[in-house]
Amino acid sequence: MLKDSDRVFTNLYGAHDWRLEGARARGAWDGTAALIANGHDWVVDQVKESGLRGRGGAGFPSGLKFSFMPKEADPRRPHYLIVNADESEPGTCKDRDIMRHDPHILIEGCLLAAFAIRAQAAYIYIRGEFFREAQNLQIAIDEAYAAGLIGKNASGSGWDFDLYVHRGAGAYICGEETGLLESLEGKPGRPRLKPPFPAGAGLYGCPSTVNNVETISVVPAILKRGPEWFAGLGRPKNTGNKLFCISGHVNQPCNVEEEMSIPLRELIDKHAGGVRGGWDNLLAVIPGGASVPLLPKSVCDDVLMDFDSLIAEKSGLGTAGVIVMDKSTDVVEAIARLSHFYMHESCGQCTPCREGTGWVYRMMQRMVGGDASVEDIDLLWDVVGQIEGHTICALGDAAAWPVQGLIRHFRDELEQRILARHGIAKDAGAPRAA
Amino acid sequence: MSGESRKFEFSPENMERAKAHVAKYPDGRQASAVLPLLDLAQRQNGGWVSRQAMAHIAGLLGMAEIRVYEVATFYTMVNLEPVGKYLIQLCRTTTCWLCGSDELRDACADVLGIGVGESTADGMFTLIEVECLGACVNAPMAQINDDFYEDLSAARLKEILAMLRRGEQPPTGSQSGRQTSAPASGATTLLDSGSA
Repeated sequence: MLKDSDRVFTNLYGAHDWRLEGARARGAWDGTAALIANGHDWVVDQVKESGLRGRGGAGFPSGLKFSFMPKEADPRRPHYLIVNADESEPGTCKDRDIMRHDPHILIEGCLLAAFAIRAQAAYIYIRGEFFREAQNLQIAIDEAYAAGLIGKNASGSGWDFDLYVHRGAGAYICGEETGLLESLEGKPGRPRLKPPFPAGAGLYGCPSTVNNVETISVVPAILKRGPEWFAGLGRPKNTGNKLFCISGHVNQPCNVEEEMSIPLRELIDKHAGGVRGGWDNLLAVIPGGASVPLLPKSVCDDVLMDFDSLIAEKSGLGTAGVIVMDKSTDVVEAIARLSHFYMHESCGQCTPCREGTGWVYRMMQRMVGGDASVEDIDLLWDVVGQIEGHTICALGDAAAWPVQGLIRHFRDELEQRILARHGIAKDAGAPRAA
Repeated sequence: MSGESRKFEFSPENMERAKAHVAKYPDGRQASAVLPLLDLAQRQNGGWVSRQAMAHIAGLLGMAEIRVYEVATFYTMVNLEPVGKYLIQLCRTTTCWLCGSDELRDACADVLGIGVGESTADGMFTLIEVECLGACVNAPMAQINDDFYEDLSAARLKEILAMLRRGEQPPTGSQSGRQTSAPASGATTLLDSGSA
């Protein structure tokens, strides 16, 4: 369990003053100029050494991402830092707590990360529904300007830095980094073909880096406490602290900051009051937000919550949005709801996703009632495989994976519903498609 | 689309706000302000954006009208038709569903007599179902206008609707009395320092 002294998000629940004075008392904006005095490359190297991987879902090494930016900023093509605060992955509500309860650690992180990539402007793209969170963030930004912490000669560092909040308007796809950039440019959030990647041509065609709120918010702590501190938490290649969101059928759903690689069972038992009805009443867990395949109880018993452990179980850490389902759950409906989500959120520009997500949802609806044939399970498996990997962005993959997880771990359940619907006992043979 | 003949232009205060939004973006990139301006227009216009408002925004930002329309129709928070004074957005995605969102929908039907996608005859309430609103550890939840109401029960939602109908502002956030996203019986972390 993470020691209190190792925690970064010390006002996670908003029990204390979230404004500048309170944030300063918790250590924000302490020695920021001295960190900047070490130079751009020092910041990038420290983040590399910490082993920090992006907290938005993909887990890409953050320092490496910073290092993709050009070493010299061309004045005609200024660099931009973009903070992805579009938090829309079902099961995920961690960045919200940072923005409403501790916005100054994000703002300090923006200055440091922007300096690292030689950006003098940053935009925080926050989902439109987070209206109150955007208000807190704007108040905190105004405080930081007034105190000279950002703006001209930010924090007395000699670096000029401007920071803006940009509210979205309800579109999951704007959490995809190039969909976000399109939206920020005033267009529908349709993801771009890559390459070019944002570091080459991002916002307004200029070099840009897009990072999640939590990723940027831990940068000040890494620089102040040292990369070895961060790397000493968790496991190799899976380092640091992590915010987890534990929702669904637990006794006490909550957000909590823990050490990366904590066992899933320990996470649920220690912080979320255990599974409703006890651990043996567990059916399955979606460990990293809607886009990752679910895990049956047998895997949940001892899996570790980090990138590589969950990939080894054919799932993923994603956003660390942990959705818990007990044995009362209609697991087929639970996944069908996610299929509805992806159908609703597909931007429509790639045919496999536009057509496929609707087809998958309609088939999943039939699976809920067993109104299908056993061969349809294989057809469903085949169709989601046709979506996966054949679209511009990862939404197609994300639509495929939950269904694949369901078929992989609950095929028996799907078959039993079909057989029951047709009034056939399981051992009497399956109905075949006409 | 109704209200075709209604003229729209920003009030002087909103014009100042619009200019402040445009100033956030580099010269020549004023189209970036289209979402903020649509939001301003929607607030000024009683909860929805008319074609006239889109034309006004297009003129201000130097965009083709169709580009503003393209944006307005892409994003779910832009209402293209009038909505009730209170827009109830019920989260229907998996976590909220696991925690009883269907009962919240039924509660709305009970007390308001409307289904999803409908408005009350008095123009007070519009009910829609939406995808994940990002408050999953406080499920089930609903957003009403700008505020989140979390840890809802059907009974509590009925009380909130009654308060709104009486012109009262219900307390926002968790309705179960817990500290935001902390475990209901109290934080499990940062106990020594008395924080968290």
